[in-house]
Amino acid sequence: MYTLGIDIGSTSSDAVVMRDGRDIIAASVVSLGAGTIGPQLAYEKVLKEAKITAEDIGGAVATGYGRKTCDYAAKDLSELTCHAKGIHFLIPTARTVIDIGGQDAKVLQIGAQGQLMNFAMNDKCAAGTGRFLEVMAKVLNVKIEDMGSLSMKAKEPVSISNTCTVFAESEVISQLSSKKDIADIAAGIHRSVAKRVAGMAMRVGKQPDVAMSGGVALNAGIVKALEEELNTSILVHPYCQLAGAIGAAMAAWEDIREEGKG
Amino acid sequence: MSENNKATEQAAPAKPKRPKPKSMIMLNEQTAALAENTRKAKEKGEKIGWSTSIFPQEIPEALGLYIQYPENVGAGIAARKQADPYLQTAEGPLEYNNDICSYAKINLAYAEAMNEGGTLVMPDFLLVANNICNQVTKWFENLSKTLNIPLFMIDTCYNSEDYVTESRVKYIRSQLDQCIKDLCEFTGKEWDEKRFIEVMDISAKNKELWIRANELLANEPAPMNGFELFNYMSTMVCNRGKASTTEILTQLNNEIDEHLKNGTSTYPVEQQYRIFWDGIACWPYLGHNLRTLKQYGINMVGSGYVKAWALDYESNDLDGMAKAYSYCPANNNNMSTFIKRRADAIKQFNCDGVIFHINRACKVMDCQQLEAHRRISEITGVPYVGFDGDQADYRNFSEAQFETRIQGLVEVMKARKEAQNNG
Repeated sequence: MYTLGIDIGSTSSDAVVMRDGRDIIAASVVSLGAGTIGPQLAYEKVLKEAKITAEDIGGAVATGYGRKTCDYAAKDLSELTCHAKGIHFLIPTARTVIDIGGQDAKVLQIGAQGQLMNFAMNDKCAAGTGRFLEVMAKVLNVKIEDMGSLSMKAKEPVSISNTCTVFAESEVISQLSSKKDIADIAAGIHRSVAKRVAGMAMRVGKQPDVAMSGGVALNAGIVKALEEELNTSILVHPYCQLAGAIGAAMAAWEDIREEGKG
Repeated sequence: MSENNKATEQAAPAKPKRPKPKSMIMLNEQTAALAENTRKAKEKGEKIGWSTSIFPQEIPEALGLYIQYPENVGAGIAARKQADPYLQTAEGPLEYNNDICSYAKINLAYAEAMNEGGTLVMPDFLLVANNICNQVTKWFENLSKTLNIPLFMIDTCYNSEDYVTESRVKYIRSQLDQCIKDLCEFTGKEWDEKRFIEVMDISAKNKELWIRANELLANEPAPMNGFELFNYMSTMVCNRGKASTTEILTQLNNEIDEHLKNGTSTYPVEQQYRIFWDGIACWPYLGHNLRTLKQYGINMVGSGYVKAWALDYESNDLDGMAKAYSYCPANNNNMSTFIKRRADAIKQFNCDGVIFHINRACKVMDCQQLEAHRRISEITGVPYVGFDGDQADYRNFSEAQFETRIQGLVEVMKARKEAQNNG
């Protein structure tokens, strides 16, 4: 049976179709989030890729910032539980999951069955979130997806405040004005995010294996900075960006099984 | 399917609104009477006072003085979503910093620029006890200077030990004695020892009734929606030494007893999770917070906030009163006392989780709360979540962030319950 999971974030919409909670049949990522046509595009795209229609879907679960707005999903779950389930599917040995989303950064402690045991989230401030990185990339005039490779060329990362996006933006402008190397600034930005997130990880307790979830995990510079801050290696699955949607599709499958239909 | 099944939500018929219980009607009458009586007293030339919320009210009550409580009024303004013009005035023309206490911002704007036709009658004197925080001292000093009126203060000290030292009891006691003299001199009222003892007796009775009402929520299922205690709390803040409060709280206890007898509750849906709420209510979003919790069957059965007004001392024991006002569950006690009180309550009320309101208005509370999260969770083994909010400044809260955190907490509580049930 096919189940669908959709992760409607603040900056992107990711959808996954799974068969029997085991196999990923199709996936789509659209760089438009809640309140846009992104969720609908991601939905249409994933059905097309899976070569199925809406009637073929046995159950759907929505997650992410826009989870309450998804009409066809039978229920919604927080992205916390969905990332826990999704990463457990991708990396079964993971016990600590770091997810840097558009508006939230979170660290999850998960059990051996992928169940959410504990979590810590950022406060209302945007520092340490995906939005922070977007703002900084704009100031540097660098594409967000190029930030990682750029920062890997750094020789002497600069120091950037990790307490406030607005202050950090001013700092970056000031560093640019003083002709600091752009790679060093990018690495400083990543270190700033890593320090913020590492604080949360220390609160939850960084049980091995530590994995990263979400689109920001594709940024090698952030992963490296986090590994240095946490003094541990971090596992990143190629499907890390889809983890929330995978978790949602699995939750839909678990519900079907509980009802005895699967 | 789980508790957040959308189809079930949509199919549920709208429930008729529950009529207000008699105790709530009595509470509203008492609130209106305090405002009206204070207004009339002012018209007759009586001296009116404004007080911080945990001041030794027994003294002004024994003197027959009319006292109003700006924090309580600020909470009401915020809950009715009327705070914006006050906040804008405080931060604009009055040039107060955005970071100060939001109750202070509302009240300073009220006092200095916006008091026409308001609930608070403009004061002739001020009463301050700094057990709740030190910012009230500066807030009331500013009022004193701007309005050119005297301020009577009880410095309740910070307890770095887990108890109130003998020297502090003596220091606070001497201030109580002096306050009585100073207030008599300023207001022209005569001190009546017999009336003072009577007020202390009433206050003690009210304290007992208030604690009892709170502790009845330890029953499972709880006979009451815990958020309702946030409303009843105003009788303890504003009228703690009055006989009318005894009547309200007796009625409230009777109503709760009746629910227990009948196996009913004022909580509107099935209670699935019991939580402890730490920190002041997020007044501008009280309805939203309650709706979000209700969606998952979460009832707030315990709170560190509402019991702050259960001042515990023997009648006619002024040393005991000094100690009680220093050791009450406010913000002048050390970390270990802070943690022990919460950990004990979480166990007493058999809570499944804890919600910490990281109240941006109350820096002193936030300062120790973050470390307390970790230690309380270690002691109790109960999961927790913290959310950013503000007691009265609506700009410091995000509904979506609150909802995600609560849903996450529910998912953790659910997983733990399932793990327990499966051995």
